[in-house]
Amino acid sequence: MSEELFVQGNEACAHGAIKAGCRFFAGYPITPSTEVAEDLAGLLPKHGGSFLQMEDEIGAIGAIIGASWSGLKAMTSTSGPGFSLMQENIGYAHITETPLVIVDVQRGGPSTGQPTMPSQGDMMQVRWGSHGDYEPIALSPSSVQEFFDFTVKAFNLAEKYRIPVILAVDEVIGHMREKITIPDNVDIIKRMMPKESSDQFNMDNPYLPFKSDENGTPPMATFGDGYNIPVTGLTHNEKGYPDSSDPKAHENLITRLCNKILNNREEIVSTHESFCDDADTIVISYGAPVRSVFTAVELARKEGLKVGSIKIDTPWPFPETQIFKAAESAKNLIVVEMNLGQMVHEVERIIGMVDGNKPNVHLIGKIGGELHKPDEILSKIKEGFS
Amino acid sequence: MRTELRIAGFGGQGVILAGIIVGKAASLFDGINTVQTQSYGPETRGGASKTEVVLCDDEIHYPKVISPDILVAMSHEALIAYISDMKDGGTLIIDPDMINESEIADFVKKHNIKLHRAKVTKTAENEIGLRIVANIVMIGAISKITQVISHDATKEAILDSVPPGTEKKNIQAFEAGYAMDGN
Repeated sequence: MSEELFVQGNEACAHGAIKAGCRFFAGYPITPSTEVAEDLAGLLPKHGGSFLQMEDEIGAIGAIIGASWSGLKAMTSTSGPGFSLMQENIGYAHITETPLVIVDVQRGGPSTGQPTMPSQGDMMQVRWGSHGDYEPIALSPSSVQEFFDFTVKAFNLAEKYRIPVILAVDEVIGHMREKITIPDNVDIIKRMMPKESSDQFNMDNPYLPFKSDENGTPPMATFGDGYNIPVTGLTHNEKGYPDSSDPKAHENLITRLCNKILNNREEIVSTHESFCDDADTIVISYGAPVRSVFTAVELARKEGLKVGSIKIDTPWPFPETQIFKAAESAKNLIVVEMNLGQMVHEVERIIGMVDGNKPNVHLIGKIGGELHKPDEILSKIKEGFS
Repeated sequence: MRTELRIAGFGGQGVILAGIIVGKAASLFDGINTVQTQSYGPETRGGASKTEVVLCDDEIHYPKVISPDILVAMSHEALIAYISDMKDGGTLIIDPDMINESEIADFVKKHNIKLHRAKVTKTAENEIGLRIVANIVMIGAISKITQVISHDATKEAILDSVPPGTEKKNIQAFEAGYAMDGN
């Protein structure tokens, strides 16, 4: 029996995690993400899982990396200040190819900033917050149902590509209540395990913990299953042994880690285009501002203006093909986000690739904690037609 | 049709719970599309507190209130902060014991506001013997006066939302609010 609930986005996320098979959560409470932890503290023990409140966010991400290597689907939730503390270990999770889900419910920053107010100020921290080269996956829901659905999707992507997946949410979606339907069953992608016949001492068929399949992702053994699995943040070879001074070893490893995402970009990326076919102006947004954009575009269409919109579900990897198509066809691109301009830089980068007439790009950035009003977007749309 | 409702007061009055119950009644039990949001300060009690509920037969995109059709003011501070956002001809519900009405008389007249007085704090104290159920009394008044949520759906939503063991007092409070004449 599917179930209907009227809940906050953060509560929907907790239900999504349980449905996806998450059985370990470690975290440190922080507004506006606390309800994710609070609900999982109640739900996990009832589903045979464990909930751990840690001493801080550095401990929290360390704990979920360990849990993931013990074979559990693991997650944490936080907001800007805690997300900053996690950055070093996010890099560790990338180089050790550890599947994780990290929820960042964004509030006004930098620093302690506005604890109870929404923002999308962490989008570039999601992309570049840790050091070194890596390709993250991030999902941004724009409704409470989507927060449930995207949480399930985040676990599937994390398990499939063995990387930390970030749910880059804003406080509006985290704390807003809407009706959700929890289906009986959701599609689950299971972690690929090594073939039972392989082990490191079988010379014909050795198990190499960091040797990838044709998609770029290696099967993952679990601690305690009997495989010898060295796990290190140092650059390592296919056996997992440190090899940090051979330039080729580093190039091979990091290129593979990036390419396992980039080569599957079209499968990972998700966008929704509305009214784009004949549009002179296309409005681009993600997360809660999508809701304001949809209302603004409807109002513009009622006035006969040729306006469309692109809703980005996956800010990272950036939907290059979809934005390129819009940049080739529209005269104006408007980017709406709750910061002073972050994803707009990606749109500008894509516009740079267009031959011939390039569209104008406008940013409607907003900080302070109020979602854009549809009128603010509508008046910017009209400027493009005057 | 889109209906925008805002309930405002100070922290500790149960303003946000009132919004959740209205939202739950509409979405789960009356089957109307509903979005509930809130804003509050970092304090647990005493700061300004506000909740908004948008109800619509169609899909709701913009989730916040632009201009309330219905404003419920549980404190004078909240009334003064939000009354000017109201739609002309909108419905205003106040707790007269928490409010100095003379300050808004001109606005009410000029904008054809339908003013309703619901003595929810006094009713909660005198009839139920619990000041903290004033928010539930107010939900009864909202249901009766505005008809945006049905009597039965609201009752279901209250039972679904309050702590076990408090159902009887809360339903009493709801019925006391529903029984008010609201003038």
